[in-house]
Amino acid sequence: MAETDVMIRLQSVTKQYAGTELPAVGDLSLDIERGEFVTLVGPSGCGKTTTLKMINRIIEPTSGKILIDGVDALSMPAHELRRSIGYVIQQIGLFPHRTIAQNVGTVPSLLGWEDSRIAERTDELIEVVGLEREMLDRYPSELSGGQQQRVGVARALAADPPVLLMDEPFGAVDPIVRGHLQQEFLELQRKLGKTVVFVTHDIDEAIRLGTRIAILNIGGVLEQYDTPTEILSNPANQFVEDFLGGERGLKRLGLLPISSADIVRGPVADRTSTAEDARAVMAEHEVDWIGVLDGDRLLGWVEASALDGADLSEVEPRPFAVSLTADASLREALDSVVTGHARTAVVVDREGKYRGMLDLEAISEEITE
Amino acid sequence: MSVVFGQADQLLDWSWVERNIGQIVDRTWEHLTLTGISVALGLVISVLLAIVVLRWRWSYPPITGAAGLLYTIPSLALFALLVPFTGLSQTTAVIALTSYTLFILIRNIVAGIDGVPAYVKEAADGMGYTPRSRFWRIEVPLALPAIVAGVRIATVTTVGLVTVTAVIGLGGYGFFILRGLNTFFWTQLIVGVLLSVVLATILDLAFVALQAWLSPWSKRRAA
Ligand SMILES: Nc1ncnc2c1ncn2[C@@H]1O[C@H](COP(=O)(O)OP(=O)(O)OP(=O)(O)O)[C@@H](O)[C@H]1O
Ligand SMILES: [Mg+2]
Repeated sequence: MAETDVMIRLQSVTKQYAGTELPAVGDLSLDIERGEFVTLVGPSGCGKTTTLKMINRIIEPTSGKILIDGVDALSMPAHELRRSIGYVIQQIGLFPHRTIAQNVGTVPSLLGWEDSRIAERTDELIEVVGLEREMLDRYPSELSGGQQQRVGVARALAADPPVLLMDEPFGAVDPIVRGHLQQEFLELQRKLGKTVVFVTHDIDEAIRLGTRIAILNIGGVLEQYDTPTEILSNPANQFVEDFLGGERGLKRLGLLPISSADIVRGPVADRTSTAEDARAVMAEHEVDWIGVLDGDRLLGWVEASALDGADLSEVEPRPFAVSLTADASLREALDSVVTGHARTAVVVDREGKYRGMLDLEAISEEITE
Repeated sequence: MSVVFGQADQLLDWSWVERNIGQIVDRTWEHLTLTGISVALGLVISVLLAIVVLRWRWSYPPITGAAGLLYTIPSLALFALLVPFTGLSQTTAVIALTSYTLFILIRNIVAGIDGVPAYVKEAADGMGYTPRSRFWRIEVPLALPAIVAGVRIATVTTVGLVTVTAVIGLGGYGFFILRGLNTFFWTQLIVGVLLSVVLATILDLAFVALQAWLSPWSKRRAA
């Protein structure tokens, strides 16, 4: 990798808190490239927050060096450094006495932007993070936890900083909301292309979001630093293996898109087909059901027994519970296979046109190879 | 019961009130100025001392200790102590009354600033506030409800204490109370006490309103 691509470089960074025997982070070196989404993950107390806070100097390292875009973080006043780094803290930390608009406009206002420009930016951001504009005039106490987290993210993005530090930003919400926030943030990040350092103790979150994962052990020891797929396939040691937990196969499936598997046409026939033709298709695929097509749409499926003396057009097809697009994960496809009646995952394109099917075999091939 | 009712007519002599309305207005003004000057002065001194405490933490016990000691001196004794130096003057009254506000005000200011959650301060740092701007734009506004609450208690307490300054020839409504006691003319006594209570209540409510106005963001929690 070219030297200039490194956005954040930790060089033998150590943090020893006063009155403690062992360093919270000891001799940690880590390079984070421009545009990367690095998740820092590890058990509670392993030094994730400490590491993150050393990057924007909320905590000063005891020794070692931190370079941001090639510049020593210690070479400028802390408040100037921090205005160019978005920060989402573990406890959200919105300013209770300021409206949502004022909270979001914090850094632009510190940077001396004109009021009209701040207002424009605030309006834009509140939509980016999926909130209503009418919330801008409310106070933080008048928002739900999930909404506050979104505001926290908007506040961090306000001055369009190249670097974003996030400390368990989705920690305080229920799993469903967290899933939404993760998905939305992934899409947002694809558009924004920031360099993100994201702390979590949830390995699934780390796998789902990170382009690379740094797995830390107590004392800030870096056990493995690699892409999610690589870590899941080749855990560096027992600690990493234990930390990944069970279901590594499933977790890997969660990373692979449906498009990476062999999508087949499957047992389908047009709705104008005769019972005869339909039975021939079922026989060919060795199944007792058939998918019913109307042009390029898959209407649903029909059981073999329903076709006694009736053509396909005379039977009302039962709809498939789920249709997935090719960018959905194989894990979702697997879920669809094991929960659906027809033991198959239906794949459609963005317009809803039928693209094909995946069965259990096609999916398991992707992890057993 | 009938005896009490029978006496009530004599207790409140309305014609006296009508004849002395001018003096009542004057004493109201005196009561308000003594209270206002003392609390305002107390606030200025307390803010300065609180800043000292916030900068040098070790000074908190001695400063609140001294203010607490002042607070425990009986007011009559404090006047007696001061009169040799400042005479039977407004200065004497203001010095005494001001010293009684310090304890409450310093404690509330420091507690208010200390009550700002650490993570809010950390978020402010993370956004790039300088320590000074963080103090004035985040910590002070968040401490305002506690500070105003302190001013409110100090004011209500001072309204009561002003009446004692009657012994050095001032006293606001205390003037009527003292004269009523000396002459056994109950109307004066009752008017003095009632007006003092009414004034304290009005100021109390005014500060409640001020508090709500200064911190619209905490409205819901207070409700
Ligand atoms: N201010 C401090 N003084 C002393 N020790 C501290 C301080 N802050 C953190 N520590 C210690 O440093 C270690 C690392 O703490 P840190 O907050 O970085 O952990 P973490 O990985 O973020 O944990 P969590 O997942 O629970 O948030 C812990 O053992 C913690 O007790
Ligand atoms: Mg932490």
